[in-house]
Amino acid sequence: MGKVTAQTRLANQLLLEAIKNPKNLPVLSLADWELLIRMGRRTRLLGRLEADLSRIGLLAEIPSRAADHLRAARNVIDHRNTLVKWEINRILWALNGTEAPIILLKGAAYVQANLPPAHGRIFADVDLLRPEERIEEIEEKLSLRGWLKMQIDPYDDRYYRVWMHEIPPLRHRERGTEIDIHHRILPRTSRLNSDPALLFEAARPLEDSRLHVLAPADMVLHALVHLFLECDPREGLRLRDLLDVHLLFQHYGQEQSFWDGLTPRAYKLGLERPLFYGLRFALRFFDTPIPQTVRSEIKNAGPRWPMLWLMDHLVALAILPGHPDYPYPWATLARHLLYLRAHWLKMPPLMLARHLLYKAYLRSRGVRGKVDLAKLDLRQQ
Amino acid sequence: MRVGDLALRKFKSRLATEGLQVQFGPFVIRMRSDLASFASLAHQLYHHYPLASATAMTDFHVQITRPRWLRRWLRPQSLFTLDGQSPFAPYAVEHALPALEWGINWCIATRAHHLLMLHAAVVERDGQAIIFPAWPGHGKSTLCAALIHSGWRLLSDEFGLVHPEDGKLLPIPRLIPLKNESIDVIRRFRPGAIIGPSFFNTRKGTVAHVMPSEESIRRGHEPAEPRWLIFPRWAAEASLTLKPIPKSEAFLMVATNAFNYEVLDNTAFHLVTDMVQACDCYSFRYSNLDEAVTALNALTSSGHG
Repeated sequence: MGKVTAQTRLANQLLLEAIKNPKNLPVLSLADWELLIRMGRRTRLLGRLEADLSRIGLLAEIPSRAADHLRAARNVIDHRNTLVKWEINRILWALNGTEAPIILLKGAAYVQANLPPAHGRIFADVDLLRPEERIEEIEEKLSLRGWLKMQIDPYDDRYYRVWMHEIPPLRHRERGTEIDIHHRILPRTSRLNSDPALLFEAARPLEDSRLHVLAPADMVLHALVHLFLECDPREGLRLRDLLDVHLLFQHYGQEQSFWDGLTPRAYKLGLERPLFYGLRFALRFFDTPIPQTVRSEIKNAGPRWPMLWLMDHLVALAILPGHPDYPYPWATLARHLLYLRAHWLKMPPLMLARHLLYKAYLRSRGVRGKVDLAKLDLRQQ
Repeated sequence: MRVGDLALRKFKSRLATEGLQVQFGPFVIRMRSDLASFASLAHQLYHHYPLASATAMTDFHVQITRPRWLRRWLRPQSLFTLDGQSPFAPYAVEHALPALEWGINWCIATRAHHLLMLHAAVVERDGQAIIFPAWPGHGKSTLCAALIHSGWRLLSDEFGLVHPEDGKLLPIPRLIPLKNESIDVIRRFRPGAIIGPSFFNTRKGTVAHVMPSEESIRRGHEPAEPRWLIFPRWAAEASLTLKPIPKSEAFLMVATNAFNYEVLDNTAFHLVTDMVQACDCYSFRYSNLDEAVTALNALTSSGHG
């Protein structure tokens, strides 16, 4: 285990250092580049490295074989960003005449508002936020214009409609793109109780005033909710999501008023705990410049020390990828525990037990398909 | 140093431990496997492939191994993994080699977006290349296998790799997978062709791999200029026809059939435009391979003679 621990630590340091100080990347050895590319691929951060290097004009200074991988990631990102913008354009067309603005969330918001996380990051779907009572109206309009309800089993449909914060995804019948329509940012059943009406009031219009994005503090808080509550047992917490938060802190944090309003807003929305963790881990992994006043304001929002000690360890294990040749069993355990924690916060215990049992049953039946390499049409990847 | 320069024993033990870095055209693949049957076969079929120098950067770290736990013992399987991750269905243990070949294709098709990847076979002579865009069942692999046993160098059978900076075609001489009847067609066409064992009942039917010539692999870093775009179609009993087609039509067929035309966007548009401009474009129907090769030789000799 000694070697695995040491390799895990070295690999994680390499990745974090690359993200924090891209100006030092030209001095990396080829062996380090090879490892960095593998880790960047796993965490989907290759595009971020490319964007940083090209911003500071050092892309030509790194080994050309490594640069090829970064350029490849960048080409895919540019393409996906174009697709997201086109999808938003089509959504506006489909919803022509709809009253009340459409709020873009996550990737679609970053791309459309040209915020720093959009550079160097892949976003797959378009996420929208609408008042619950106005969802039916746009669901209908979208279905008239080619977005269809995906075929899902009745359990999943009920899971979405009754418990969740979004309706089952719609998929465009030709383009295959998906829209997730949310009416709140947390499941109805969640232990964290957050009033969605506040988000709608504070949302800000974009240049095209039919489109809105969340107010800066709300956007950060939503990114944090997503980071800590949408965890995948295989992937763990997503480092790229925390990096989005770091970039938003940097971007909006240029204005003192952002920092002044952040903690009170988190308390008002009942999201002080996610903010506590977000600030803590952004600072720890990315050295985010966070004013001392904010750090002391949020201090009391954290858990007691045994829990805090545990979270410090679990998050570090689950969010950093480790060395691909030295899988770290503790990291796998941490990812599963945080997955359970995320679900624990999402729903009451009995419901959780039922839900996990049902999912386990599906897995045992092999419903979650594996890729068949022989039959794959590689052009659709 | 080539794969074949290693003794089988050494090859096997390296494969089972730190892995071997094999050069496939522009990519270095580090492969690992603990399957003895796979190792012997790979040692034969990858004989000519160069081993990358120890300091070269590896592009993809792949493994073909037995799955863990029970499946190790019950109906043994082989599982392809990239960087230790496997979203893939396992295969019968005897199908490890085709599974690895498909897996490497998957790595390239989903990752190598710094290049334009046409779905095409490419062969070269005197620095000039014929590109055969592929449609399933149209027989490009068979035609390609025949040509590389008739004096042409194999650039690629699956990926027509186009270098965005200069529009040249990059070689990636991999094994050529023949399916079903094509296997015997090539055995009859060139009894000397080295064809690996037939893998029966894969999800693509029976598959066997043709080894590219030693020369094609040795010259795996020499690019070629696109010169002819030929859209082949095999049809039983068809008499041979070789008809020029409009460049606009050729453009559409190449662009819509590429792996990542949309991803490269504007760059891809210019690359395909330049390629179509530089190439004579033909549709080609044939039934007999000897006739087909003769016709293509005649066309390409007069083309620049």
